[in-house]
Amino acid sequence: MSGKVIICRCNDVTIDEIEALIDEGVTDIEEIKRLLRIGMGPCQGRTCIPLVLSILAKRTGKKPEEIPLPRARVPIRPVRVGVIVGGDDE
Amino acid sequence: MSKVAVIGGGIIGVATAYELAKLGEEVILFEKSYFGSGSTFRCATGIRAQFTDEANIRLMKHSVRRWEGLEEELGFDINFRQTGYLFLATSEEEVKAFKNNIRLQNRFGVPTRLIGMEEAKEIVPILNTEPFLAGAWNPKDGKANPFKTLFAYLFRAREMGVDAREHTEVVALEREGDTIKAVKYRSNGRVESVKVDAVLNAANAWAPLINEMAGLKRDLVPIKAYKHQLVKTEPLEPGQAEPLVCPPSWNDAYIIQDGEDGGIICGAGIEHEARGLNDYEPTYDFLRGVLRYATMIAPPLKYAHIVRQWAGFYAKTPDKNPAIGRLLDNFYIAAGFSGHGFMMAPAVAQAVAELMANGRSRVPLDWEWYDPYRFERGELRSSAFQIG
Ligand SMILES: Cc1cc2nc3c(=O)[nH]c(=O)nc-3n(C[C@H](O)[C@H](O)[C@H](O)COP(=O)(O)OP(=O)(O)OC[C@H]3O[C@@H](n4cnc5c(N)ncnc54)[C@H](O)[C@@H]3O)c2cc1C
Ligand code: FES
Repeated sequence: MSGKVIICRCNDVTIDEIEALIDEGVTDIEEIKRLLRIGMGPCQGRTCIPLVLSILAKRTGKKPEEIPLPRARVPIRPVRVGVIVGGDDE
Repeated sequence: MSKVAVIGGGIIGVATAYELAKLGEEVILFEKSYFGSGSTFRCATGIRAQFTDEANIRLMKHSVRRWEGLEEELGFDINFRQTGYLFLATSEEEVKAFKNNIRLQNRFGVPTRLIGMEEAKEIVPILNTEPFLAGAWNPKDGKANPFKTLFAYLFRAREMGVDAREHTEVVALEREGDTIKAVKYRSNGRVESVKVDAVLNAANAWAPLINEMAGLKRDLVPIKAYKHQLVKTEPLEPGQAEPLVCPPSWNDAYIIQDGEDGGIICGAGIEHEARGLNDYEPTYDFLRGVLRYATMIAPPLKYAHIVRQWAGFYAKTPDKNPAIGRLLDNFYIAAGFSGHGFMMAPAVAQAVAELMANGRSRVPLDWEWYDPYRFERGELRSSAFQIG
């Protein structure tokens, strides 16, 4: 695959960046997530985390089910601040 | 050259491992989960020298100087930016207190000054100036990316030979008299042991458990974990709220714009004593409370979407100052940072590494002030100003 392949569309992260990091020895998905901001976009990683898992598995020789998934963050979908604090315009 | 074990792969442990390697020590670093998994990766990124006592002001003055050169020293973009801290006063008494703090900070070369609301509005365009009388503004305070900072230290430490192990938990310490002889650790289900010449306890919220392993009373350094949370909005145009903005009298509520993606990070002192050392569950009362404050500080935030909420620990001591120093002949501690360990890391790591390697340090760290035995003597310091 070429380096311009985008894995995380929310944050514009390419396969090259991910593979380079794994080669530097960063193989924990929680760390990859934070260094490249994968899974930290509005979609919360629904698109990219499974892809990163398979790249990581291939690159490190682990089985995908051996790799723990990052903790999901609430809220699952973005919520408008005004909805939570209430106010005139709701 | 001696062999030093560092327990805890948060910013303090990792930065100290790097500083020890710089001084020529052979270092083995243990982290029970992934690097940064404790408080470090949950922090609000803030760095300030605006404290209210001499020890913390002088230490942070030195730390900020180190931050200024860190990107070059470590050869890694850590997104350090001096976008300032703006504290806001809601009453005349507070203005008076701000003036006193500013005088003290100025005495040690920290350039904080009192500003009016017009200037504050220029600095933070989305600010609601109405509730506030004046601001304490230090443009040299700032922020940095905790993920990148930790890895910048870690990559350089490894290059210098630090044996940094994650998913490796320290389970016991072997002590003879007042020295620790060996560290026992578990990795992949197996327990092994390594002989060491010195040990640093940098386990922050978990530090009392490590002290217990060293045969000390668990509460010798009484650190308690309090759950602190943050909420982050979708990206806004850069420049809307770059400094950390905080009216301390509103429950230490604050907002700060993420220097990279532009999202607004919202925090407040709405805290809970943690139910255990893995109680990371975000709570709804926090979400509601923090957003009330945030929208009072910056009303346009009502129209932004929040994308994330998370929780971590403030590892607090009774006087909110960390415990830094020697506990036994070759057993040291740097823990209990009570909410400001990220900003202090460059200075504390240097000081502790120098102490461990040379017996003394050039860093202006007041060892007496941070003495880990002060709690046992019932000698508390004046409470360190707490906010991010
Ligand atoms: C919501 C929030 C906002 C914050 N905002 C700021 C801010 O703006 N500015 C600031 O300066 N600070 C802030 N802080 C505080 C800051 O995050 C901490 O003070 C700092 O990260 C402490 O670093 P540390 O290395 O001491 O501890 P930690 O990062 O907690 O590291 C300790 C490590 O020790 C490991 N460990 C524990 N037991 C063992 C064992 N037996 N074997 C091996 N490893 C072990 C843990 O897994 C952990 O990774 C904030 C904290 C929170 C929660
Ligand atoms: S695609 Fe990665 S967070 Fe949305």
